[in-house]
Amino acid sequence: MSLTSLLLDPFLDYAFMRRALVACLALSLGSAPVGVFLILRRMSLLGDALSHAILPGAAVGFVFGGLSLWPMSLGGFAAAVVVALLSGWVARATRLREDASFAGFYLIALALGVLLISMHGGPVDLMHVLFGSVLAVDSDSLLLVAAVASVTVLAFALIWRPLVVECVDPGFLKAVGGPGSATHMLFMALVVVNLVAGFQALGTLMAVGLMMLPAAAARFWAASIEGMVLAGILLAMLASVAGLLISFHFELASGPSIVLMAGLGYVASILAGPRESVLRRYFPGRHLEA
Amino acid sequence: MSIRLEGLTLAYDRHPAVHHLSGSFAPGSLTAVIGPNGAGKSTLLKALAGLIKPAEGRVMLSSLDRREIAYLPQQADVDGSVPLSVLEVVALGHWRRVGIFGGLGGGDIDAARMALEAVGLGGFETRPIGTLSAGQFQRALFARMMLQDAKVILLDEPFTAIDARTTADLLDLVQHWHDEKRTVVTVLHDYDQVRRHFPQTLLLARELVAWGPTEEALSPGNLLKARAMAESWRDDAAICRRPAA
Repeated sequence: MSLTSLLLDPFLDYAFMRRALVACLALSLGSAPVGVFLILRRMSLLGDALSHAILPGAAVGFVFGGLSLWPMSLGGFAAAVVVALLSGWVARATRLREDASFAGFYLIALALGVLLISMHGGPVDLMHVLFGSVLAVDSDSLLLVAAVASVTVLAFALIWRPLVVECVDPGFLKAVGGPGSATHMLFMALVVVNLVAGFQALGTLMAVGLMMLPAAAARFWAASIEGMVLAGILLAMLASVAGLLISFHFELASGPSIVLMAGLGYVASILAGPRESVLRRYFPGRHLEA
Repeated sequence: MSIRLEGLTLAYDRHPAVHHLSGSFAPGSLTAVIGPNGAGKSTLLKALAGLIKPAEGRVMLSSLDRREIAYLPQQADVDGSVPLSVLEVVALGHWRRVGIFGGLGGGDIDAARMALEAVGLGGFETRPIGTLSAGQFQRALFARMMLQDAKVILLDEPFTAIDARTTADLLDLVQHWHDEKRTVVTVLHDYDQVRRHFPQTLLLARELVAWGPTEEALSPGNLLKARAMAESWRDDAAICRRPAA
């Protein structure tokens, strides 16, 4: 068996592999830039919190519609938006800081979601919701993932400049009357829709992996925000392809394989990325004249 | 085009930080705001910038758009870990004109380079902002202010933790803005600096102590009055019944 057939045959021979590939590539395109901005805004754990927040909504959708795409997606989206808005409002209205109020609400949501699913379904259903099934992606899910990726790219084109300024100097944006809170809201919505899209393919827990790991790794490859976004997308796509192939050849669960490949990229980047990595730290080369 | 304060009270949790302040900043004036810690100086500047709402009274901007006010906070919360270049951050000064979608033309980039040159940061264009020292960073923020081309400039303790040479350079720039007939309001804490460089002074100790030509405002009697300000609020303070202006 040649290397090319190892790499290409699974996708040539099996439609489910092709669908999984397209879904993961589209997910990478949308999620990785979202992850980069979450990291730049020091909100890395927010993706995690929101992914848990999807659960009760998806569970309500599951209770009414079974394991089907639209009710679970819409329910998940609604639940995450409610948690995000509620947390933001509590943070502004009270002394509780946003991370603390988020922690409070997402834990409630997580418990509620698990309870609802375990009341109405079996452990298999719970596993599906938590860890997804990228190999069972149908055309409807594919449509959803592709639509979300497209919307995300367009939305970034729209809010790029205020979003960058909001990251680097939110006080300035406010002082010049820039659309700070509108940008923030739209960005949060992007986080949620990308997690909902990822949730179908990878499950609520794994979707965050494809969002955050390549984004965190991107820091070690690029010196500009544009470069980080590009590096994040490429790393996510690479992890998707590698994860799918490994799960196919070794008959491993696909979602965790993809996220583990992203994790491998992350660790490798920390160790030996071209910028500010461990390697650079311990072998910086001789110092310069000025 | 003056900024008039009418019975302005600014409060945190109903405790006044600035109490019944009235007066006006004349167009083209160069005013220092000075007073003890906790006197409400920074709070006043935030209100002038439109960032906090008065508890009572108001800030009147006659024939002046809020966007023509440029504001430099005490600790600009700029995140140096975001990978942006010095030139990119300085070019943000064009925001009022280019907004979210407008492109930056070659002229705009040249203007940003010239502003950097003017604050002594020529050659720093492509440096990541995270690599600048505190003084260099303040210079960059002044360059951004130059591009903002604002009619009113608000600076909150701009020379804290800045070395003498940088302070002198930046004070020259403030003087230059004054010569260009911009209205400049600066919070400071160095009385000598105020006496040497600022013709007008607002001496604030939560309440107005004095507002006028610097020598008169900083008379020994006024300084004594400012120093006598009670540092803390009282939890049992009664509701203020003084009529609004």
